[in-house]
Amino acid sequence: MMYDPISMAGASVLLLFATAMLAPLFRKHQQILITMSFALATVASFLGVTAGIWSVGSGITNQVILPIGLPDLPFHLRLDALSGFFLTVIGLLSLFVSVYSIGYIKGYLGQRSVTSLIIFYCIFIAGMMMVVLADDALCFLVSWEIMAASSYFLVIFENERQENRRAAFLYLVVAHVGAIAILLSFGVLAGFATKSESFLGYTFDAMRTAQLPIEWATAAFFLSFFGFAAKAGVIPLHVWLPEAHPVAPSNVSALMSGVMLKTAIYGIVRVTFDLIHVFPVWWGAIVLSFGLISAVMGVLYALMQHDLKRLLAYHSVENIGIILIGIGLAMIFKAFNLPLLAALGLIAGLYHTMNHAMFKGLLFMGAGAVLHATGERNMEEMGGLIHRMPWTAALFLIGCVSISALPPFNGFVSEWLTFQAFLLSPALPSPLIRLLIPLGAALLALTGALAAACFVKAFGVTFLGHWRGHHNPKVHEVDWSMRIGMLLAALTCFGLGILPSVFIDWMDIIAEQLIGTTIASSAGRYGWMWLTPVSYERASYSGFIVFVGIILVLGIAYALLHVRPGTIRRVPIWDCGFEKINQRMQYNATSFAMPIRRIFGYLFSIRERVELAPQAGHKAFPKKIQYHLSIRDRVWGWLYKPVVEASFWMSRKVGKLQQGRIQAYLIYSFITIIILLVFLR
Amino acid sequence: MDLITAAHVNSFLAALVLLTAFGMLVQRRIYGLINLFAWQGLFLSLNTAIVGYVAGKHHLYISSLLTLSLKVFLLPYILHVLIHRLKIRKEVETIVNIPMTMLIGIALVIFSYHLTAPVRELSAMITRSTLAIALATVMIGLLMMITRRHAVTQIIGFLALENGLFFAATSATYGMPLVVELGVALDVLIAAFIFGIFFFHIHTTFDSLDVDQMARLKEED
Amino acid sequence: MTLNPYIIELLQVLTLLGLAPAFVGWVRMVKCWAQGRTSAGLFQPYRDLAKLFSKEVLLAENASWIFRFTPYLVFSTAVLAGGIIPILSLDLPLASTADVIVIVALFAIARFFTALAGMDIGTAFGGMGSSREMMIASLAEPAMLMAIFTVSLANRSTSLSEIIQVIYSGQSVLRPSLAFAFLAFILIALAETGRVPVDNPATHLELTMIHEAMILEYSGRHLALIEWAGMMKLFLFVILGIAAFAPWGIAAKGSLLGIPEALVYMVLKLGAVGIGIVLIETGLAKMRLFRLTEFLGAAFLLATLGMLSFFILD
Repeated sequence: MMYDPISMAGASVLLLFATAMLAPLFRKHQQILITMSFALATVASFLGVTAGIWSVGSGITNQVILPIGLPDLPFHLRLDALSGFFLTVIGLLSLFVSVYSIGYIKGYLGQRSVTSLIIFYCIFIAGMMMVVLADDALCFLVSWEIMAASSYFLVIFENERQENRRAAFLYLVVAHVGAIAILLSFGVLAGFATKSESFLGYTFDAMRTAQLPIEWATAAFFLSFFGFAAKAGVIPLHVWLPEAHPVAPSNVSALMSGVMLKTAIYGIVRVTFDLIHVFPVWWGAIVLSFGLISAVMGVLYALMQHDLKRLLAYHSVENIGIILIGIGLAMIFKAFNLPLLAALGLIAGLYHTMNHAMFKGLLFMGAGAVLHATGERNMEEMGGLIHRMPWTAALFLIGCVSISALPPFNGFVSEWLTFQAFLLSPALPSPLIRLLIPLGAALLALTGALAAACFVKAFGVTFLGHWRGHHNPKVHEVDWSMRIGMLLAALTCFGLGILPSVFIDWMDIIAEQLIGTTIASSAGRYGWMWLTPVSYERASYSGFIVFVGIILVLGIAYALLHVRPGTIRRVPIWDCGFEKINQRMQYNATSFAMPIRRIFGYLFSIRERVELAPQAGHKAFPKKIQYHLSIRDRVWGWLYKPVVEASFWMSRKVGKLQQGRIQAYLIYSFITIIILLVFLR
Repeated sequence: MDLITAAHVNSFLAALVLLTAFGMLVQRRIYGLINLFAWQGLFLSLNTAIVGYVAGKHHLYISSLLTLSLKVFLLPYILHVLIHRLKIRKEVETIVNIPMTMLIGIALVIFSYHLTAPVRELSAMITRSTLAIALATVMIGLLMMITRRHAVTQIIGFLALENGLFFAATSATYGMPLVVELGVALDVLIAAFIFGIFFFHIHTTFDSLDVDQMARLKEED
Repeated sequence: MTLNPYIIELLQVLTLLGLAPAFVGWVRMVKCWAQGRTSAGLFQPYRDLAKLFSKEVLLAENASWIFRFTPYLVFSTAVLAGGIIPILSLDLPLASTADVIVIVALFAIARFFTALAGMDIGTAFGGMGSSREMMIASLAEPAMLMAIFTVSLANRSTSLSEIIQVIYSGQSVLRPSLAFAFLAFILIALAETGRVPVDNPATHLELTMIHEAMILEYSGRHLALIEWAGMMKLFLFVILGIAAFAPWGIAAKGSLLGIPEALVYMVLKLGAVGIGIVLIETGLAKMRLFRLTEFLGAAFLLATLGMLSFFILD
């Protein structure tokens, strides 16, 4: 009965809502509830993925009008190539995370009831799917709110801790400030849309045909960019991200970092390229600048962290920055009427969206596995886990290699495409922009190198070396469902890395619909093995051959050298003659990041303090040394504190209106009536 | 040599002038600074000679010789003697750290390129693209004066600024009238002598040439 | 009569494997002459490698599979990079697999895993080497990219064989931008291959080591592979510089006699570069770790000046 992609997507959403509604009925049998509901979520996600792939592959657009919603303002749904792409991203990661959750949520059995988690989990995924399906402002905002509210309840799942409540509250506030901005932006767009007199201007179709004067278009763009940036975690609106993502359960963190941030990217692309399709150059420059700032600052913040999940959350900020770089370049090229280059930039940005969902999901699932097994989130208490959790370690390593943009995995492909887009900037007519864009490329290279450093730290401190903690828990490998979820994500990372032309071929229809040209004709011209985005002479890359080449040489070398049996002997580590070496003398996260902290530290406010507790009589050999390090985000002091103080001041002033006496309120009503009668005859 | 080769050599020398300007910006040792200044003078005089040859303005040969003798030999010699007499040994300190100064320098180059874009469109001379470099050299000289703490290095910054102005004159209008050039050269020489006298006075009063010390001169209330 | 491109590819890889230790031997020899010592001879690195291959491997008790896997991976990325950079001829089937950015990324893989291997053992030395190495890499990457950017702007491609063909066709003349990019490349190559003034490859003091500290625990054939890969990395960086800036001599497509000729040119150029390396190493002192920001900042500055002067002066 699934005769077009949108029905399949609709079925997926309905299945999720049904699971959410049926879950409370089984709350007495938690074990079965977990297995069944996540299995159903897996099926629903699979339907979503299929719908998305089908829709992008075929390139047709389906539209449906649902009779729900307000009277005379029904919900419009639409599944075109862009929606289909994001639906695929959401569905794919939800699929992997749902499989993973079967094992992960079992860790909560006996401690607390997971019914609310399951209900809101299903509603969350359904909300995200509806956001990308929405074709009018009302449906979009309702779905957005469903997504935000359900994720709030997921973040606050372990609500007995003060920091969790605080983080969730911050998340809620920023999400709603963003939502108001998005609402206002849609209002501006709808106001200028045709048929706005009959209130039908709220559909996206009507907004597409709107003729906006440039000031209003700019206002709409900036409002929507502000709103979506708040949800995406662009600096300086990122402060909720590193608070909210770590405190949520890890499968939820994976979904939030992996796909919820992407719905904001969907919003930006939809509003800019689709609804307001004509724009000046400086909008793209603004997006590019924010992308660069987020990328560099995000990775620097991540380097300073020692909490594994906070580190990953800050990396999401960085990767959103990289996606915005691709989109910003696409906007600049489009404004200069260079459609082929704009398509390249857009494809690079969207490819990175898919990549980030995959490897960030994998990394959060791995972090969840570590948390599940050891009960620790602080990297400085861990170490040596590779011996006891070999699968998790290997899969986490694949995530680390992917996010550090190393071939032959997927992170490298999107970074390479972004670099190629940068290198094409000499085609731009404006000399000033031609000079500034290469500096952006240098910042992107800096980001990539710092990300690699950060993940050497993360993997090395968590999994390698000896156990650094003071107590020694029983650590064992996680169960099969968690491993399968991570394995599927890792395989997707690998597939995206060695078969990029296939994916670009599939994705290219998006560029065609939004910009008007495709790059697949040049990108995949030489077959599935080669990626030649502009032309063969210009640049080419074959991930598959790089992979095969490495394996081949490795295999030959191993075969030639490993023939002799029994020539490996295990010995104690070399300690340079110092016999009392113990596991506390290893490098941990703070020490690893110290050189980089020293160099880039002026961007944060860092205070280091060393206290020596002296021994009696020997000043040179202290009894105890204490090292204090505090790193604060300067954005709090510059942006948030003034805003918060201003709003408190205003509310105090306004609060004076509440006198408590009836006469005062009657006077207010009387004055209002007089004003209305005078001005609105 | 024909026009194209001359233009290439011109560009090359301009690039070298810019390189020495940046080198002075980031150099820590005082003798290194003076050597770089001498090299910059050498490249400038070569450039002036080539422009004079190609454009056929023979007075540029004289100003090239003047630059050579003054900026490559005489002024560095005076500075060497000064430093020796004042027994300056320390490294130069900067107010902003060196990588940041480099980044500001790059921003200034981009800015001067953007500023001289209209001139580039209209000009028909072979030196039109070097005007941006000349302006950048002026600004880098000014940056050097701002970010250094030591009086001798501030003077070298001033001299580098003057180099940049000279370069700008050569590239924009094929040099100034000879009388003006002679006057400017004489002014620079006198300025060097006067600076020397001032250095001795400052040194005797404050016992150092760190310009931060001169903040003691402000009014206390 | 031309050779099958795959045979040329094989010849090139064999040249790389065979001559890289000789290059390192040459550099050591010239350094000894410059310092007034007697050298161990040109072929000493070969003897070192042979000795290491025949020795027993001692692994620390808690070394994981990453520790054992890394030497093979480092070796294979170096060989693969050698198959892509044109050493003897432009007629390489693998040349289109990767452009300059991918080559830099291949070395980045090797560095990533070496840093992990350094942290695997769990001593302070390994962690120190890894942390310092990643810091230097993060500063060298932007400079490297700017230099590549400048070269690719001048030659309108990022694929090395294309760059060389453009240079051969005489389109890029003496450009100040390329001169700046070349200077920047020299500084970056010193940083990436771990020579003085960034890191002293012959040091025995652990606290001064950067690259050596990460591989301190390796022995036997693992150490042989890593040492060989290190020699190949130095060789390849020099060849990369030659290919991008002074490629005359590399055989064009379809020329058989060009290959021995290319070999002779390559040996001559390598000899000259070796002397240059020794002059730099003996003339400069190793810098303090935090002074390296200025060193690499100067490299970035030169590369950016190159890029700017391309737009301004050309």
